[in-house]
Amino acid sequence: MPQIAQIAEIWSSQLFWLLITFGFVFFVIGKGMLPRVMDTVGMRDAQIASDLAAAQSARDAADQAEEAWRMRENANREAAQDLVGKAKAKAQKSTETKLAKVQAVIDTQLEEAEARINASRAEAAAEIETVAAEAAQDIAARLANVSVTKTAAKSAVKEAMRRG
Amino acid sequence: MAQASGKVDPMYQFTVEPLLGETWNIAGYNIAFTNSALWMTITAVALFIFMLGGMKRELVPGRWQMTVETFTGFIDDMLEANVGKEGRKYVPYIFSLFMFILFANLLGLLPVGLIGVHPFTFTSHFTVTGVLAIMSFSIVLIVGFWKHGLHFFSLFVPHGTPLPMIPILFPIELISFMVRPFSLALRLFVAMMAGHVLLKVLSGFVINGWNAGAGYGLLVGVPSFILMVGISALEILVAGIQAYVFALLASLYINDAENLH
Repeated sequence: MPQIAQIAEIWSSQLFWLLITFGFVFFVIGKGMLPRVMDTVGMRDAQIASDLAAAQSARDAADQAEEAWRMRENANREAAQDLVGKAKAKAQKSTETKLAKVQAVIDTQLEEAEARINASRAEAAAEIETVAAEAAQDIAARLANVSVTKTAAKSAVKEAMRRG
Repeated sequence: MAQASGKVDPMYQFTVEPLLGETWNIAGYNIAFTNSALWMTITAVALFIFMLGGMKRELVPGRWQMTVETFTGFIDDMLEANVGKEGRKYVPYIFSLFMFILFANLLGLLPVGLIGVHPFTFTSHFTVTGVLAIMSFSIVLIVGFWKHGLHFFSLFVPHGTPLPMIPILFPIELISFMVRPFSLALRLFVAMMAGHVLLKVLSGFVINGWNAGAGYGLLVGVPSFILMVGISALEILVAGIQAYVFALLASLYINDAENLH
């Protein structure tokens, strides 16, 4: 076993070169290079974390904006519906008033026309009475040679007309 | 290695040979640049090159940078899970330990023998694993006494121990604590050595079987070779697991010192 057989002659050289090489590894690599590698990893982790945080806050902002937009949108829709309702009500009202006005005009016209008709009917009836009375006077004078006064003829006609 | 006689010495691979400066000395101690030192250097350089891929510092990492960050994150998570927030300051040490052992184990398994280079796994030497274990254990002791002072000795008295049991439990806990650096060092050393010895023994079966004739070759050599393929895969797994176990235990021991109970 050379490890034991040679120990007396090699231990000092093994120790010396191990201290030099391991010292190099520890001070140059362990103390010099390793912290920078770990810094890089730490920086990357921090970058990823901050990016994630930024993404999260952007998402939150977007959510808030969407919420605000939705609320505004709802309000706008309500306002629009309100407006439409009001316009509808207004239109209905104006239509009703117009209709009422027109109806009133038509009614008055109708009344006037009826009055006119009634008047003309009454006139016509009166005329017919006069004509009938004169005709009755005339008929009585011609057929029976009886002279009937105008008033008597008139009342007789009235009597006859009432009976129909 | 197959020698002239056709025999394979499974232990020869662990021999340390000076390559340069056989006579270099510091205060009388030899510091020759050996094949072991060469592989330590290769490990350190390979790890350096590997880490360069993690230095691109791009926001969207490529594959290489991703791999480096996976390893750093792995150690970071391990310390966070075992030690907690205070564990972060040990990441450089545990990461160096883990990657150094992992690269050493894996580089030692490279089939560079095919091109005539002798691969050498320096983690199969307890002179190396011992130093790494002692370093880790020293950190535990220093941190423990620095943070808790003499109160650190309460580590050896588990919570809720009845008073009469303390004299018995204290030595047991103390011994189990003192054994830690040895178990840490021996586990890695033995695991790496055993795997390499096994592979060498099996390769000896393959070579000697075919040398003894086609019948032996088919009977012994071919099954041994198939077994070697499987065990090589297992060794790659062991290389990772042992590096992980070393780093995990070191961080668990640091946790003891950092968060006393």
